[in-house]
Amino acid sequence: MAGAALPGRLSWQLGRVVDTIEETRRAKSLVLDLPNWQGHRAGQHVDIRLTADDGYQAQRGYSIASAPEDDGVMLTVDRLERGEVSPYLTDVIEQGDELELRGPIGGYFVWDASQSGPLLLISGGSGIVPLRAMLRHWAAARPAVEVRLLHSARSLDDVIYRDELMRLAAFEEVDVRIALTRAWPDGWRGHRGRVDRDFLDGAAWPPRDQPHIYVCGPTAFVEAATAALVETGQQPNTIKTERFGPTGN
Amino acid sequence: MTYVLDGNAIAGDLFAAFGHEMTTVVGRCRNCGTASPVAELCVYARAPGTVARCSTCHAVVMVLVTIGGEYHIHLPAYEFIEEVQSSCEL
Repeated sequence: MAGAALPGRLSWQLGRVVDTIEETRRAKSLVLDLPNWQGHRAGQHVDIRLTADDGYQAQRGYSIASAPEDDGVMLTVDRLERGEVSPYLTDVIEQGDELELRGPIGGYFVWDASQSGPLLLISGGSGIVPLRAMLRHWAAARPAVEVRLLHSARSLDDVIYRDELMRLAAFEEVDVRIALTRAWPDGWRGHRGRVDRDFLDGAAWPPRDQPHIYVCGPTAFVEAATAALVETGQQPNTIKTERFGPTGN
Repeated sequence: MTYVLDGNAIAGDLFAAFGHEMTTVVGRCRNCGTASPVAELCVYARAPGTVARCSTCHAVVMVLVTIGGEYHIHLPAYEFIEEVQSSCEL
């Protein structure tokens, strides 16, 4: 409670990009060295602020992809066509460049390894970013809880962190299930189509197991997944959601 | 097209304005009486300024405008009533 209630300042700080990773055709990870970073919780985000030469500023929120235990803070940015900030972060910025940001931000969409009960993570597209922080936090702390990730992407090539997810799935307690909505490789045995009631019926724990459920993705994805969860009997107060989409004018 | 987000999207501005984490704070909509944390409000971030609406009755409960680096927050129909127990400490 103290962490959430203490008055404090949220100051803009400079971070240096120490590494960049091409995750998919559209998504890029930036690993930042932040000398004034105070630590974060899995699921939190930062605000990034870009300033043009004429003083014009644009600000956007990006989820933190790294676990609290990781070295450096990693963000993963999905390039939005006609976006004002994301194309700069995915296409222009290079190792050694500086970025202005503030954070960590958010106390609602967070998971801590001390929480009991199984963990059900549901993401669409780059909604997987804060859930990766939770998965890595789980792997670092290894609490006695089972974890299930249900992730939806257009195609296998669009699955961010694909190799890492396969490695995490090797843990006995971790189950990773992928739904592909547009294209499937030959012999694909995973779910075809959107995250719907059929997919959830076979994948979610029954409500009596009191799972902690986190849903993150574009607004339409979150609305559909949450409605399907409630249809299958999950209690709305066990579901935490985070929606993303274009912001700014 | 109007994009609806949620209160998580304005967490940074609200923290900067109020001096502490606000998405876990519960407020009550004065129009319909629903109590919900700020994180669950419907947020329209592409209006002139940012508008947050009650997720139940859609009444405008909060308007946030930034002018010259200062935050101006109007709460036409939202009363903060409690702070949700945070799930862990940092």
